[in-house]
Amino acid sequence: MLTLLLILFPVVAATLILMIRGERVKQAAFVAALVEFAFAGYAFVGFKPDASSQFGFDYAWIRSLGIRFSAGIDGISILLVLLTGLLVPLIVLSTFKRSYKQSSLFYALMLYMQAALMGVFTARDGFLFYFFFEAALIPIYFLAAMWGGSNRVAVTFKFFVYTIFGSLFMLLALVYLYYQTPATELSAHSAAIADFYKLNLTPGAQNWLFWAFFIAFAIKMPVFPFHTWQPDTYVESPTPATMLLAGIMLKMGVYGLIRFILPVVPLGVETWGKTAIILSVIGIVYGSIIAIRQRDMKRLIAYSSFSHVGLMAAGVFSQTETGMQGALIQMLAHGINVVGMFFVADIIFSRTSTNQLDQLGGITKSTPKLTVFFMIMLLGSVALPLTNGFIGEFLLLHGVFTYNHYLGLAAGFTIIFGAVYMLRMFQKSMFGMPSSRTESFVDLSRTESLVFIPLVILIFWIGVYPQAFLKVTEPSVVSIMKYIGTTAVSLK
Amino acid sequence: MLPIILLSVLGVVLLFLGFLKSRAVLLPATLLFLAVTLAVNFLDWNKTYLYFNDMLRTNNLSMVFTAIMLGSAFMVVALSGSFMDTDEAQPAEYYALMLFSLVGAIMMVGFENLIMLFVGVEILSVAMYVLTGSDKRNLRSNEAALKYFLMGAFATGIMLFGMALLYGATGSFTIAGIGAYAANQQGLSLLLYVGLLMLLIGLLFKVSAAPFHFWTPDVYDGAPTIFTAFMSTVVKTAGFAALFRLLSVSFEGVYGFWWTIMAIIAALTLVVGNLTAVYQNSFKRMMAYSSISHAGYLLIGLAALGVQTKQAIVFYSLAYSVATISAFGVLLLVAQQRSTQTITREGVNSENFDSFNGLARKNPLLGFTMAVSMLSLAGIPLTAGFWGKFYMFSTAVERGQIWLLVVAVLMSAVGIYYYFRVIIAMYFRDGATETIPVAPFYQYVLLGATIITIGLGIAPGLLQGLF
Repeated sequence: MLTLLLILFPVVAATLILMIRGERVKQAAFVAALVEFAFAGYAFVGFKPDASSQFGFDYAWIRSLGIRFSAGIDGISILLVLLTGLLVPLIVLSTFKRSYKQSSLFYALMLYMQAALMGVFTARDGFLFYFFFEAALIPIYFLAAMWGGSNRVAVTFKFFVYTIFGSLFMLLALVYLYYQTPATELSAHSAAIADFYKLNLTPGAQNWLFWAFFIAFAIKMPVFPFHTWQPDTYVESPTPATMLLAGIMLKMGVYGLIRFILPVVPLGVETWGKTAIILSVIGIVYGSIIAIRQRDMKRLIAYSSFSHVGLMAAGVFSQTETGMQGALIQMLAHGINVVGMFFVADIIFSRTSTNQLDQLGGITKSTPKLTVFFMIMLLGSVALPLTNGFIGEFLLLHGVFTYNHYLGLAAGFTIIFGAVYMLRMFQKSMFGMPSSRTESFVDLSRTESLVFIPLVILIFWIGVYPQAFLKVTEPSVVSIMKYIGTTAVSLK
Repeated sequence: MLPIILLSVLGVVLLFLGFLKSRAVLLPATLLFLAVTLAVNFLDWNKTYLYFNDMLRTNNLSMVFTAIMLGSAFMVVALSGSFMDTDEAQPAEYYALMLFSLVGAIMMVGFENLIMLFVGVEILSVAMYVLTGSDKRNLRSNEAALKYFLMGAFATGIMLFGMALLYGATGSFTIAGIGAYAANQQGLSLLLYVGLLMLLIGLLFKVSAAPFHFWTPDVYDGAPTIFTAFMSTVVKTAGFAALFRLLSVSFEGVYGFWWTIMAIIAALTLVVGNLTAVYQNSFKRMMAYSSISHAGYLLIGLAALGVQTKQAIVFYSLAYSVATISAFGVLLLVAQQRSTQTITREGVNSENFDSFNGLARKNPLLGFTMAVSMLSLAGIPLTAGFWGKFYMFSTAVERGQIWLLVVAVLMSAVGIYYYFRVIIAMYFRDGATETIPVAPFYQYVLLGATIITIGLGIAPGLLQGLF
């Protein structure tokens, strides 16, 4: 029942918020998001570390087709549920200084988005997953296109068409899988993801299914060469929407890889996995190199995010337990870091009305608090040991390295390049002589610090004691690995 | 059967009501007539009857189709007030013609004999020719009517020829008789295949499938918007119901012969409809191409004829009709408000995409209605259109026609592009200066359509087990 609550509560709250006018909207949205976080936190604390699906809910949605509204949390979902619950209140809090026109709609859309994301991460039925996967797109599209920058309409439109295009292929794949499940006179086919795992698909079918799924998820993440929508969208969207996109939404793609591609089409992964890893590694290196050349902070973070997610994809496709564990924990870590980074960029923008690095500089003189927080976010992003980024990247690289030494080596550049572009950004914006725009830079207010504090705690917590998170995901990862093992072996 | 008699009689009654001084009675009277017919339609629920010496059959499926068409007509009539108020309009005649055309449409849904199909198509078409040209002062309306009539007559001729050949091959006009002959599968006369093809051409023309679609853009664009809405929903539903009946009862035996043809036509229709729609500046013309593309999706279900097809076509027709009518309903208001009535080569100015600029800010309800319709036509989840596409895709997956689906998926992505142009114009562009006044009744109808679209999008099971 808890999962149903996780999905429905934001919907109800958002609908109520639509009716509120004025400043109270922010507080209301924040309270709603906190309540949702309490549910997610309760799920995390109460989660039994085994491979089962917990807090489930199951209801025959379209009875005659055997499509069920079936949701539950297992080890793969739990960290993402936690992440979604955690980030949304922080994102809402980060907007307290800003004012948006039609603010009730703005916050309602954020909560609708949260509901859809919860749905994606907890769906146990293929069609329900698709349903939420698409539903998440509509609020974020409106958020970006209504409150974004000057070129927002064209950019977000590209984003929308691009992602829908990808997910239509996934729909095709899901419908195909659905018809492969056994049906009898009495019971219809089944769309339960668990039933998809049991199918014995021919290698030919697995190959095209692999691509149908991969394109959908690769666009969402995005993996090279499907990334062209991403930098513009991140830059043009209002920062809260960018945080949702980078912090949570791109994880839908990685999650899809683990949930669908690996266990459902293991032979497809066998055949095409290497191509996918090579694309991901190209993305890692390519994204990093472009990030080094960027002058705009938001754009730089966007490319860094593109680079990081490439590593997650590569780790998943390495088909190793460490790679998958790394991807799961790195999703959590990256979500935390990237939201922090975008918030820094937003704070700088709100005070100087620019994110151009050459117009910034010398901020650190008047801002001890911002400097410290920025530095910590940055260290997490560049994967310094004892921060959250280190755990994830280390596991991921270990996975990729086990799969193929050379690819592992190439992917390893991410750490070096990451340090280069991140430190360059820090240096250019924070150090040096103050420019006319940064002379009278005001340090963080209380609410702004309040956003950073939980992030900092998590960065170190995950960095120092990752076991608390790894042990939760491990049984489910092992059980997914089992599917890869058995199907691959039985057909060999 | 009762609906046919009732509609014929009530149509005549409407003509007489036209003699009354007050035009105001006509619209409520027509709505009442349609509502009564809709209720009467369900009297035979769960029973199967043969009428007129086995010429017509009513069963649950035919009743559902009839209900969709009557419902569509009801909505169209409810939205027709503003057009009928113009001075040149002849509301009594128009409403009567709509009722008569529904008689033809109902025959097309329940025919048991090819003659009945022919009569139904003719009744429907002739009424539509007249309605297309009903904007007498408008050159484009006249042109559209003439085009539609000439090409329509030609298509009907081909269809009739096909029926004659089928009779020659099978010695029967009844669909069951032809079905029994075709079920032999061996030693079938060549005439059967030729006849089937010609019959299909005639019907595919009516549903505007490529390459028989050339009349559609001009006719849809030229006809008064309210009749375009009628045409693109009722005629299409009737046409697909007839095609389904024909193919599933008479020609299932020769499925191997016609499925490739239908699949290729479906793919062609999808490509032509969607790609051309992208280049339109006029919303109305875009809707014409969109209606072609939706014919393509419906044809997928026919090409993959199976147990799912019936349901898929019913659901798709309903989802498509509701969304289309509410979209045209909004267009009517917008075009009227922004009417400068300068006719350019691309169509009437006030029907361009630009007319929708900023609509959502001034008229949130109209904007929302239109957005939901567009999302439904684009097949986005949470709307009925998504499940329509889902059912269609399911039928094809069941038959393993993956290549056709890949075409359909690519074209759906193209579709999103042009449907979203409207949403972008309404929500993200500035333009509207004044609020458009909307009559309460008009508002309820649009709201009802939106609720149906979203309701079916959330719980598509509502429609199941009905037939």
